Amino acid sequence: MVTNFRGNTQTETLLEVKNLNVDYLASNGTVHAVTDVNFTLRRGEILGLAGESGSGKSTLAYAITRLLRPPAMITGGEILYYPWSSQDDGDTTRATLTRLSKQRRRKHIKNGKWQSEDEGQSTEAIDLLQLSQAQLQDIRWNDLAIVFQSAMNALNPVMSVGTQIMDVLSKHRPGMRRDARKRRAIELLQLVGIAPDRLRSYPHELSGGMRQRAIIAIALALSPEVLIMDEPTTALDVVVQREILNEITHLQKQLGFSVIFITHDLSLLLELADNVAIMYAGRIVEKASRRDLYLHPRHPYSYGLLNSFPTLHGPRRVMSGIPGSPPDLRAVPPGCAFHPRCPFAFDACRAVLPLLQPSRRGGGGEDEERGPLWPPASQMVACHLYDSRFNTEPPSTSDLASKYEALAEGSSVQ
Amino acid sequence: MNDLARAQEGANTDFHSGPILEAIHLRKMFPLRSWNILGARQAVHAVEDTSLALYPGRATALVGESGSGKTTVARLLAGLYTPTSGTISFRGKPARLAEGSHLRSYRRHVQLILQDPFSSLNPVHDVRYHLARPLRIFSHIQNKTQETEQILSLLNRVNLSPAEQFIQKFPHQLSGGQRQRVAIARALAVQPEILLADEPVSMLDVSIRLDVLNLLLRLKAEERLALLFITHDIASARYFAEDTLVMYAGQMVEGGPSDEVIQQPKHPYTQLLVSAAPDPGRLNADGNESVTDVPARGEIPSLINPPSGCRFHPRCPYAMPVCSQRFPRRTQLGNGHWTHCFLHGDGDGDISSEKSGQSNDTVSGL
Repeated sequence: MVTNFRGNTQTETLLEVKNLNVDYLASNGTVHAVTDVNFTLRRGEILGLAGESGSGKSTLAYAITRLLRPPAMITGGEILYYPWSSQDDGDTTRATLTRLSKQRRRKHIKNGKWQSEDEGQSTEAIDLLQLSQAQLQDIRWNDLAIVFQSAMNALNPVMSVGTQIMDVLSKHRPGMRRDARKRRAIELLQLVGIAPDRLRSYPHELSGGMRQRAIIAIALALSPEVLIMDEPTTALDVVVQREILNEITHLQKQLGFSVIFITHDLSLLLELADNVAIMYAGRIVEKASRRDLYLHPRHPYSYGLLNSFPTLHGPRRVMSGIPGSPPDLRAVPPGCAFHPRCPFAFDACRAVLPLLQPSRRGGGGEDEERGPLWPPASQMVACHLYDSRFNTEPPSTSDLASKYEALAEGSSVQ
Repeated sequence: MNDLARAQEGANTDFHSGPILEAIHLRKMFPLRSWNILGARQAVHAVEDTSLALYPGRATALVGESGSGKTTVARLLAGLYTPTSGTISFRGKPARLAEGSHLRSYRRHVQLILQDPFSSLNPVHDVRYHLARPLRIFSHIQNKTQETEQILSLLNRVNLSPAEQFIQKFPHQLSGGQRQRVAIARALAVQPEILLADEPVSMLDVSIRLDVLNLLLRLKAEERLALLFITHDIASARYFAEDTLVMYAGQMVEGGPSDEVIQQPKHPYTQLLVSAAPDPGRLNADGNESVTDVPARGEIPSLINPPSGCRFHPRCPYAMPVCSQRFPRRTQLGNGHWTHCFLHGDGDGDISSEKSGQSNDTVSGL
């Protein structure tokens, strides 16, 4: 699955979020929607963000694109964007046209605040939070594009799909001629699997899946480096959802952009994403490759979330889900925000805030067979169960399972 | 061991007493208004020739994409729409839903839970009002104290505790899961025998979905409710229901015991649905899974001029000339599993006729 292209470039950091905090300033208290979030997105990576509604996933996406409006406020942190790779992209299918214009543009951005360096050597970072509106205009869509949840609301109902694609081009590529814009629009529609004669269709003439494809086409119009997708398939039927997902993976391999994929459907992410971050109450509580997360989720919340989806195979058994409901973000419980719902909570959980750190291996279970280097350090978890200061015996996946099962049995008796 | 198994055992004992609600060859067309008087009369063919049966203490799932006619079936069964043809029989007798008094007593037994708990509760009334109305209308209560008592017990039955607090809350003070519980309590207030749940959890947050599903399962087991569970999520159909029926563009294409339908789907459409469902189990040990290619592209056709014959044939990778000529008859595959597909036979002359003799013909249909 990992192509040469991805293999070469996946080690490079493209986007780095450091200690990001976003608050909503409400009259009846400050809502800490995103608290101290750190992650890196590498080139060609699909990063999944999962969590319940109200966990801060969408706020995080909007913060990265700087689309948040008051009362939301970014109160701290950095979002570093590494615009150009030190090594050239080589023979990717990326159009030279966009590359040239991007270089020109970056010079413009640099002349504003950053020291200009030799083109092609510029590996320094741009902090998206420091950019002015004009500079942001340049970054948005050229480098960072976003696909919104509801395609019907994201498309303008009184403009044809073609006009809306060409609109992006005329705004961001002023030098582009009219017929060139039209050619590019047709090319984009074909890219996402829509017949070119749909160029003149209005959104209401398209089905839900086609609209979502059109939105993706618009997002890809300027060959962005990062594509942020906020629940792009939630409103769609399973079959259409599968088509769109296949389309995204296909395009991602072909064009080599990175994706931040936000969804509440963890089972979807496990098929799509390279790495998955689980959010709870505004914090990332676990970060792992999809395989690690599927085989041995560490955080009790991750396990509960994974176990909230009935499966297609295996024995039918009672599943419990996660008891309780997400906390009010105006008054997040002290210590670990998950402790009131956690079947494993002990004293430290109520007092000390767990930080994201490499997880120690769980005792027993499937991990033992994989040798002493297991698990890989890439699996990070914010839970005292895996912190030797608080707990010497980290639970294995089967321990998590049995605890949740006991919970399920308990709730069925009541 | 668990209450799924227990519920299933219970269901099997009751299974032979016959269906409590049965729909026989239901059809529903919605006529379209046309400005052209001379033009042909057009109609949306929403449901074609649908038969299903519900048993006490047993859940039947109805699965399909949006536009497949699932909700129309639920509304026909609830008496909200009048079928164009076909009969609905309740306890073996045809329910004459066109007559007001019959409809009223029918609703005393059959209740519908709607998909969207945000719009199914009236925002200007509190929980007490929502639950008191069915109690009053169907005169289950004599006085105010009895009313309060019953409402509190209803709230406790749907795990809304402390009930004393919830009784005076308004819908905007409740979360989505709590609203859906109130909607379930309202349906239970008339002491129904049949509950029609139209996508009861699809608007809810992931972690709450299971809670509500488990609540419905518990009610099914405790009160021997017959449940129709409408969903687009085939995995939750398997979790929730003993039987699964698959609908496509208004036609029933496959049905039978859930595990069999979902793990050995026979109709190409069911196969498509199963392969499209997200399934982390596809991840193999290396973490590399092949991206499953969806064989049948496209969407549900317009039901104003639906494709002839089997409506799936334009999308079907195995379509044969006969598929566009007529709709295949029901083929029994044994063990209560049936499908309407020429690949597996055509009713009488079916390839598995030797098996169908011993199959239980009444599992989930005629």
